[in-house]
Amino acid sequence: MQEVLKQNIVEKRILAPRDSRKTIGNINVPNPRMVCRNVNVYYGDKQAIRNVSIDIGCNEVLAMIGPSGCGKSTFLRCLNRMNDTIDSCRVTGEILFDGRDIYDPSVDVVPLRAQVGMVFQKPNPFPKSIYENVAWAPKIHGIVESKSDTDEIVESSLQKAGLWEEVKDRLDQPGTGLSGGQQQRLCIARAIAVSPEVILMDEPCSALDPIATAKIEDLIEELRAQYTIAIVTHSMQQASRVSQRTAFFHLGDLIEVGTTETIFTKPSHQLTEDYITGRYG
Amino acid sequence: MSPFLLLLLLLVLSVAGYFIGQYKALNLARKAGGASRLHSLPVYYGMLTALWCCLPAFFMFLIWLGFEQTIVTGLMVADLPETARSLPPARLNLLIKDIQSLASGNIVSGEITPLMRQAAAHYVELQGIGKMITSVIVLVASVAGMLTLHRHIRPELRARNHVEKVVMGLLVVCSTIAIFTTIGIVLSILYEAVRFFRQVPVTEFLFGLEWSPQMAIREDQVGSSGAFGAVPVFAGTILISAIAMLVAAPIGLMSAIFLSEYADKRLRAVAKPMLEILAGVPTVVYGFFAALVVAPMIRGSGAQIGIDVSSESALAAGLVMGVMIIPFVSSLSDDVINAVPQSLRDGAYSVGATRSETIRHVLVPAALPGIVGGLLLAVSRAIGETMIVVMAAGLSANLTANPLQAVTTVTVQIVTLLVGDQEFDSPKTLAAFALGLVLFIGTLFLNIIALTVVRKYRERYE
Ligand SMILES: Nc1ncnc2c1ncn2[C@@H]1O[C@H](COP(=O)(O)OP(=O)(O)OP(=O)(O)O)[C@@H](O)[C@H]1O
Ligand SMILES: [Mg+2]
Repeated sequence: MQEVLKQNIVEKRILAPRDSRKTIGNINVPNPRMVCRNVNVYYGDKQAIRNVSIDIGCNEVLAMIGPSGCGKSTFLRCLNRMNDTIDSCRVTGEILFDGRDIYDPSVDVVPLRAQVGMVFQKPNPFPKSIYENVAWAPKIHGIVESKSDTDEIVESSLQKAGLWEEVKDRLDQPGTGLSGGQQQRLCIARAIAVSPEVILMDEPCSALDPIATAKIEDLIEELRAQYTIAIVTHSMQQASRVSQRTAFFHLGDLIEVGTTETIFTKPSHQLTEDYITGRYG
Repeated sequence: MSPFLLLLLLLVLSVAGYFIGQYKALNLARKAGGASRLHSLPVYYGMLTALWCCLPAFFMFLIWLGFEQTIVTGLMVADLPETARSLPPARLNLLIKDIQSLASGNIVSGEITPLMRQAAAHYVELQGIGKMITSVIVLVASVAGMLTLHRHIRPELRARNHVEKVVMGLLVVCSTIAIFTTIGIVLSILYEAVRFFRQVPVTEFLFGLEWSPQMAIREDQVGSSGAFGAVPVFAGTILISAIAMLVAAPIGLMSAIFLSEYADKRLRAVAKPMLEILAGVPTVVYGFFAALVVAPMIRGSGAQIGIDVSSESALAAGLVMGVMIIPFVSSLSDDVINAVPQSLRDGAYSVGATRSETIRHVLVPAALPGIVGGLLLAVSRAIGETMIVVMAAGLSANLTANPLQAVTTVTVQIVTLLVGDQEFDSPKTLAAFALGLVLFIGTLFLNIIALTVVRKYRERYE
C-alpha cells in the first residue's frame, strides 16, 4: 500500500512540466540508417516526446517498449512523417535518414514514405482485391511498367510476407475478406512491395493469435537481412525474440537503450527493471 | 367525453399502471429477498402493466373511430320516416350528407326542412351516446387490463421479454407505415391512370410524339382535340435533369473532396453550412434568378456568337437547377468521405501515396455507396423540380435535344393539367395521373439500378 502511494507521488511529479531525463546506455550504432537527435514532439501544448536521441542501424531490429501512453507510437510516426496528418502535432529536433534531415522543408514526404514503410497496429487493407492491395503502391510510384512486372512484384511480396501459399488462388478477392492475421501479413506485403529501406511496425501482432504471431516474427527475422526494422511491442518475449536492440520509453522520455540482451538481463535503470520484470504498467 | 380528453385519461391511467406494477414488483422482491429474485428488473413489470393498461384500450378506441360514422349514420337513417328512406339511393345520400352538415353546423345544399332539423338533432344525440359508450368501454378495458396484469405479477413472470416483444411489434408497425403509404400512393395513382388509359391507348401515351393536352370543352369550341404523346415531356425532363446533373455532380463531388480532405477545420466549419444554404433557398427564388439573369445572359452570349437562343431555354433551367442541387451531392459525399476510417488514409500515405492518389484510389471507392446515394438524391430532386422549369424553360412541349430551346417537364405538365377548373374525368386531368405513374416507375427503376450498382461494388470491395 505504502509503495503504491509512493509510486503515485513519483508519477505526479513526472507528469508536471519538467526537463527530459537522461538516457542511459549507448544510443549510437556503427552503421546508422536513421539518426534522431533531440527530438521533441508536441500535440498542441502537450509534449509527448522529450529530447529523444537514438540511432537505428542498418539491418537491425530495434524494439521499442514502454508503458501505454509513453509515446512509442508517436515517436515511430515521426520517423516517416506520418505525424504530418495530425494537425496539432509539431516535431522539433533532427531526424536524419541516410544523412538527410527528413523534416527539412525541401524534403518531399511522398518518396520518403515509400522508403520508410509502415505497418499499423490494426490491419488496414484497402477495400480492393488482394492483388490490387499489393500492386497499388508500385503502380503509383511507377516502379512497374508491364502486367508481368506487377505480377512478379505481387508474388514476391506476398511470398516474403508468407501469405502467397494461402492466397495465390484468390488474388482477385477482396483483401478485407481475409482473416486478421492474413490481413496483417497482407499489409506487410503491401509495405515491402515498394522496396522500402526501413519498415516501422506499430504493435503488428497485438490482434493476432500465437500462430500468426510466430509467422510474423519469423518474417521479421527474414526481412532483417534486407531492411531496417523498428518495432513497437507490448510483449517482452516478442521484443527479446525478434530484436537486436531495445529502447525503453517512459512518459515521453527515452530512459534506456542497449542491446536486447543487456536490457533484459542487466537493465541499468530502476524503471527499466521494474517494467520488464512486470512490476510496473 | 372528447377523444382528446379520453386519450389523456388513458395516458394518466397508464402512468398509474406503471407505478402500481413497479410497486408490486418491488414488494415481491423485498419479500423474496432482493431484486435478483425477480426474473426482470422492477421497471419492466411497471412497463408491462402500463402497456396492458393502454394498448388494448387504445385498440378499442381505434376500432370505434373506424366504425363510428357508419354505425351512427346507420342508426340515424333507420329512424328516418318511411317516406325519406324510400327515396332513390342518390337522393337519400344527398339527404344524409345534408343532415350531417346541418348537425356539424356547415352549409346545406338545399332548403332546411323540419324533418332534416329533427334528424340532425337525433344524429347529434346518437353521436353523444356513442362517445359516451366508447369512453366507458375504453376506460373499463384499461382498468381491466391493469388489474389482470397486476394479478399476474409474480417473480417468474418474464416481464422483460414481454415488454421487448411489444416494443418490437411497435417498431415493425412503424417501419411498415412507410411501405403502406407507398403502396397507397401507387394504388391511387394507378386507379386514375387506368381510367386515363381507357380513353387514350397506352401505346399512344408512351410512344406518341405530340403533347397537346388541350381538349375542346364544348362542341363548337375551336381548339385541338388533345394529343397525349408523352415522349416530348419525358424527353424534356431527361434533358433538364441531365444538364442539372452535369453541373451538380462534378461541382458537388469536387467541393466535397475539397471540404473533407483539403480544407482546414475552421474553413470547413464555415463553408459547409454556407453550401447547405443553397438547398434552403426557395425554388421560386431560383426561378427568378434563372428567368431574369441566367436566361437573358445565355441568349445574349448566344446572339454574340450568332446562335439563336430562345428566351426560355432548357439550358438556363438546367444550369440553375444544377446549382440548387449541388449541396445534395456535396454534403452527403463530404459526410461519407469523412467517415472513411483514418486507418485507410494512413495506410495509403504510409506507402507513399500522394493526397490525390489517396483520394482517387482509396477514399472515393470506399465512399462510393454514399456518393451514389447523394447523386440519386440529387437526381430525384432534379426530376421533381417544377418551379424553376416553369419560370425558365417554359411550357411548350418540344421534342428536342437542343438545350437552347424551350422544353417542358413531367412535373410542370402535371401541375398545369391539374390547375384551373376541370372536369375530373376528362382525359386532360387524368393524363396527370398517367404522367405521375410513369414518373414513379421511372424513378423506381433508377433506384433499383443504383442499388444494384452499389451492391455489386460492395461485393467486390468488402
Ligand atoms: N492525436 C493526438 N492528439 C493529442 N494527443 C495525442 C495524440 N496521439 C497521442 N497523443 C498523446 O501522446 C501520448 C503518447 O501517445 P502514443 O500513442 O504515442 O502512446 P503509445 O506509447 O503508443 O501507447 P500505446 O502503447 O498505448 O499504444 C499520450 O499521452 C497520448 O495521449
Ligand atoms: Mg501506440
